[in-house]
Amino acid sequence: MAKANTHQAKTQFGYRRHPDQDRPGQSAAEHPVVVVGAGPVGLSLAIDLAQRGQRVVLLDDADRIGEGSRAICFSKRSLEYWDRLGVGDRMVDKGVVWSVGRIFHGEQQLYQFNLLPDDGHKRPAFINLQQYYAEAYLVDRISELSEINLRWRNKVTALESRNDSVALTIETPEGAYRLHAQYVVACDGARSSLRQMVGADFAGQVFEDQFLIADVKMTAEFPTERWFWFDPPFHAGRSALLHRQPDDVWRIDLQLNRYADPVVEKKPENVRPRIARMLGHDEFEFEWISLYKFQCRRMDRFVHGRVIFAGDSAHQVSPFGARGANSGLEDAENLSWKLDRVLRGASPASLLESYHVERSGAADENIRESTRSTDFMAPNSHQEARLRKAVLSLAKETEFGKRMVNGGRLSVPCSYDSPLSSPDADAWRAGPLPGCSMLDAPVTMRAGEQSYLTDAFRQGGTDFTLLSFSNGAAIDAPVGVKDICIGGEDGLADPAGLTAKRYDAEPGSAYLLRPDGYVAARFRQPTRAGVAAALSRAQGLN
Amino acid sequence: MPLSTSSNFARPDDAFRAIMEAHRGFTDEQSADFDAALVLILANHIGDIDVLREAILLARRRMIDGQQQQQQQQ
Repeated sequence: MAKANTHQAKTQFGYRRHPDQDRPGQSAAEHPVVVVGAGPVGLSLAIDLAQRGQRVVLLDDADRIGEGSRAICFSKRSLEYWDRLGVGDRMVDKGVVWSVGRIFHGEQQLYQFNLLPDDGHKRPAFINLQQYYAEAYLVDRISELSEINLRWRNKVTALESRNDSVALTIETPEGAYRLHAQYVVACDGARSSLRQMVGADFAGQVFEDQFLIADVKMTAEFPTERWFWFDPPFHAGRSALLHRQPDDVWRIDLQLNRYADPVVEKKPENVRPRIARMLGHDEFEFEWISLYKFQCRRMDRFVHGRVIFAGDSAHQVSPFGARGANSGLEDAENLSWKLDRVLRGASPASLLESYHVERSGAADENIRESTRSTDFMAPNSHQEARLRKAVLSLAKETEFGKRMVNGGRLSVPCSYDSPLSSPDADAWRAGPLPGCSMLDAPVTMRAGEQSYLTDAFRQGGTDFTLLSFSNGAAIDAPVGVKDICIGGEDGLADPAGLTAKRYDAEPGSAYLLRPDGYVAARFRQPTRAGVAAALSRAQGLN
Repeated sequence: MPLSTSSNFARPDDAFRAIMEAHRGFTDEQSADFDAALVLILANHIGDIDVLREAILLARRRMIDGQQQQQQQQ
């Protein structure tokens, strides 16, 4: 990934010596958890762990954030997670909110879609936000948390796994030092050096087609929507994507010939005419230009003893679907509560295996979706191109054809086929199944203030939570489980009935939510024993 | 619902004829384009992924039989 020399780092941080570096010889400092990599995933994970009371050392080999054009689309799910981390409002205030996408073939619009057609959600389907803003806001939040020690220009150069700890050797501008950690979480990106240090491979599919990504600054009248073209008049025979970012920056993604010469193609004087043809004018400046080839691959195992992989270090997808950063953030929210419980001795270390099971399953789903999108955009044979041509042609006059057009299937929370979930014992017509993410809905607080279910969950402390729908009887939640009650004298009101509807709830129904907001179990008539059994299972205690 | 391989048309010759005549006047390339569209239309009409997969397997067996015959001839 090469960089046009037009974009400066947004934020620079100083290296600071830490007392851990002054310890003599063999007496390395001991820490419960070291997170390696201060990208969106590592930063979010560190905040989540710190909010749960863990002390975290966060290492990064650079001293700055903000170079380059990386993730831009952050999903509703990610925003709900960032709300829990105390940064959701800043992200949404700066970001460009969108939910509508349009697909064009040639000059004609094939169809449009709305990713969040119904009301009653706190957060939109997506915001677009340059990754460097997201990282800067997360770093700001970290400065409020004394539990996190963020060390810039600390590069892990060696890793030794032991039975009871991991020994790290860390290179700094002032020489090397050693640290011991009970657990190390590698959030060090697609080219993860920790992955190499544990000797894990990273197998998958390499796509030969090249894509040009340009971020251009201009004032334009395009609506705040995701526009995708097959075979547009300005870029015949290939695909193109246009997306709006904050600060009048627009992301343009153009498919190139697989034999195109990257050095030639990314020269601004060669990119400019292409973009000018697309926009119909020449009034723009480049923020960033790079050429990409995509890979879809994942590690076989996300948990290597006491070294755990999250985000791009563990899995990589093509960008069509916003499944990279968003799935990394889902990794972080899935891992943090489990790691916290294991570090506190509240759950056995085997709970971490469920992180591998759930998130590698999610990675497979993301890879499958993103591979299908990429293959549709860049067919691999004459026959694949022929089938695509037939779909695009049928899409003009049939609904089924429109539904088959694949210009990217955008990230939604994965559902887990998980050992932590208790299967339904009762009859349900709808609502989130065990292993699925909780759904947001509008609620009214006792004082009459409008709020949302995701806020009630967050304000409860994002621990195990029993969401129950009042039937007048007292809630019988096990010790340590928070409760959210809908209806009744003390509960939250559900004026539009949307909460009950989205959860297929009747009076007495209850959902047991995990600390990451996933459904562990649900009951028509919860009993203390039934909820306790589901709780034990979700905590990996049996 | 399994794939039906019993004869479903009252007049099977009419169905075969209709498909054949639809290709008349096409080059091989045009015929392949036409078939791709027809397959997608019919697959959607069936609307059952298990039946579709079974149909794909049945069709693929022609290819395997064909390859074996070629190998025997060589």
